[in-house]
Amino acid sequence: MLSLKQARQLQTVLLGLLAWGVALLIFFPIFWMVLTSFKTEIDAFSTPPQLFFSPTLENYLQIDSRSDYFHFAWNSVVVSFGSTLFGMLLAVPAAYSMAFFESKRTKSTLLWMLSTKMLPPVGVLVPIYLLFKDSGLLDTKVGLVIIYTLINLPIMVWMIYTYFKEIPKDILEAARLDGATATQEITQVLLPISKGGLASTVLLSLILSWNEAFWSLNLTASSAAPLTALVASYSSPEGLFWAKLSAVSTLACAPILIFGWLSQKQLVRGLSFGAVK
Amino acid sequence: MSDLKIRNLKKVFEGLEIIKGVNLDINDHEFVVFVGPSGCGKSTLLRLIAGLEEVTSGSIYLDDREITDLAPAKRDLAMVFQSYALYPHKTVRKNMSFALDLAGVDKAVIDQKVNDAARILELDHLLDRKPKALSGGQRQRVAIGRAIVRQPKVFLFDEPLSNLDAALRVQMRLELARLHQELNATMIYVTHDQVEAMTLADKVVVLNGGRIEQVGSPLELYHYPVNQFVAGFIGTPKMAFLKARVKGASPHSVSLTLECGPEYTLELDGSQLNVGEEVTLGVRPEHIQVTQSADSPFKVHLDVAEHLGADTYCYVKASTGETLTVRAPGDFEPGLGDQVGLQPDLARCHLFDGQGVAIPKPGAPAQAA
Ligand SMILES: Nc1ncnc2c1ncn2[C@@H]1O[C@H](COP(=O)(O)OP(=O)(O)OP(=O)(O)O)[C@@H](O)[C@H]1O
Ligand SMILES: [Mg+2]
Repeated sequence: MLSLKQARQLQTVLLGLLAWGVALLIFFPIFWMVLTSFKTEIDAFSTPPQLFFSPTLENYLQIDSRSDYFHFAWNSVVVSFGSTLFGMLLAVPAAYSMAFFESKRTKSTLLWMLSTKMLPPVGVLVPIYLLFKDSGLLDTKVGLVIIYTLINLPIMVWMIYTYFKEIPKDILEAARLDGATATQEITQVLLPISKGGLASTVLLSLILSWNEAFWSLNLTASSAAPLTALVASYSSPEGLFWAKLSAVSTLACAPILIFGWLSQKQLVRGLSFGAVK
Repeated sequence: MSDLKIRNLKKVFEGLEIIKGVNLDINDHEFVVFVGPSGCGKSTLLRLIAGLEEVTSGSIYLDDREITDLAPAKRDLAMVFQSYALYPHKTVRKNMSFALDLAGVDKAVIDQKVNDAARILELDHLLDRKPKALSGGQRQRVAIGRAIVRQPKVFLFDEPLSNLDAALRVQMRLELARLHQELNATMIYVTHDQVEAMTLADKVVVLNGGRIEQVGSPLELYHYPVNQFVAGFIGTPKMAFLKARVKGASPHSVSLTLECGPEYTLELDGSQLNVGEEVTLGVRPEHIQVTQSADSPFKVHLDVAEHLGADTYCYVKASTGETLTVRAPGDFEPGLGDQVGLQPDLARCHLFDGQGVAIPKPGAPAQAA
């Protein structure tokens, strides 16, 4: 028989193993992508797949010569940060009014906003494409910023709303009694208190915008094309080049992965805020 | 100067009238306590005064200046919340100085005021801490400090001590009384706690269902409740109510037959009562004595006894099933289930008519409705 303490330890070990297993399962495709990016095209295709091979930088060199990585990367940066900035400027006041001046329709408005996320984007592709064409937004960074802001806004409002809901109303009322205007109430009390939640909303918006592929593929050609469009261009008519595709994907993921890794603490705390309290 | 006048104040929430026409005068330097059962509108009334809720109709004046529709910060009031509502991201010093910072007061003046308030509240050594690093009592003091530095005309408190443990509550209660003396300010205080109401108040306002039932000094409310609600609400344990019928009434005396048997004559003005009318006799636990059952017309059975040391509270049941609480000496050793007799102190009993309105006792102060 196991003592209670031993049983507990065993449980911890098993749970740890499970967690590692799940983590590895999720991480494996990324690991394989990075691995493949250092193979030759022949090695990349071989069956059974090779774990050990002589690594080469050839794919990366070829990508460098064939396309201007930094052009695409810059576009990704501009549209992700741009749409996140706009999104926050709209989402914070929206969530503020919904959380602290709740009316009978607040809940249904929130649900309705979120429900737009359930619509398949393809459904509105043609109208949006035509709108973009007529207003000269096709293949512009401004156009992408607008569309990313719009598609991420419901989630951002929802997230910020949840964080704001956790803040006791009394604190804002105290500020009002202390003589704060609505703007001061937001900037000097509300935002500093909820900065953890706001930071994770910013991160999520950045990640979602960075990884977005549907709209960027359909609404850009070259001048505003972000990294996702670059990746797509490698699964091209000349046939499949797994190694090069992996290399370009690695390059596309790397910035956001590094960014995410640097801010993981913030992200975890932000995302679990509601659950813990 | 700071006196507050409330005239015919009403508040409707989602079609429901929560404050139903309140009239109240609060004088300069007064400590006024709002009491009443949960949900009666105490907090709402306080928040209407603070300007945190919009008035539906009626008006509020502070020193003859109408403040009914003024922004909260423009009213010269400060409020201390039950939850303290400190700014978690600011230090104690910044919590206290926020209002003055916003008003653009001179830095040196702010420092002076914050330090003064901190000294009064013994917060000097905590000024650079964040609220998270404070105990409940300390947080409460910071919340009070935040109000003090603004030197408001009126302080509003919404159950400020209810999150503290019993010992701390007593200490803070004394501190609040001292503060009231020291600042010589007008204070309005909402509480559930009878002891707080009785000990702190110059004037107690009893609210029920959005209406004021009675306004008066603590002892006025205790000795001369105007109706059955106030009589039952003020005093612990509660006053007992016994059904009775009027047997005879004159301008100087009322004789009654209690449903549970005994007959008593009270020295009250019975000119408004009719013979045969149903009335209610109110007796406080401290105004009844336990006697030998043989020689008493009022016989009851002992149900439960609570020994508190100094006193013993006996819960007894009359033949009609009506229950009473009786305060007996601490060394009283009742046999549970025993039959005993009761002897109420008739001069200190209260009589209520069929509508629950008190028959005025001699010496009762005039009530301004
Ligand atoms: N913002 C609001 N919207 C709708 N109804 C409200 C609102 N605020 C208060 N009420 C209602 O008004 C009534 C009085 O509430 P209030 O908070 O003033 O009671 P209270 O006397 O302070 O009670 P407690 O002793 O429990 O604090 C309650 O029935 C409450 O449901
Ligand atoms: Mg309340």
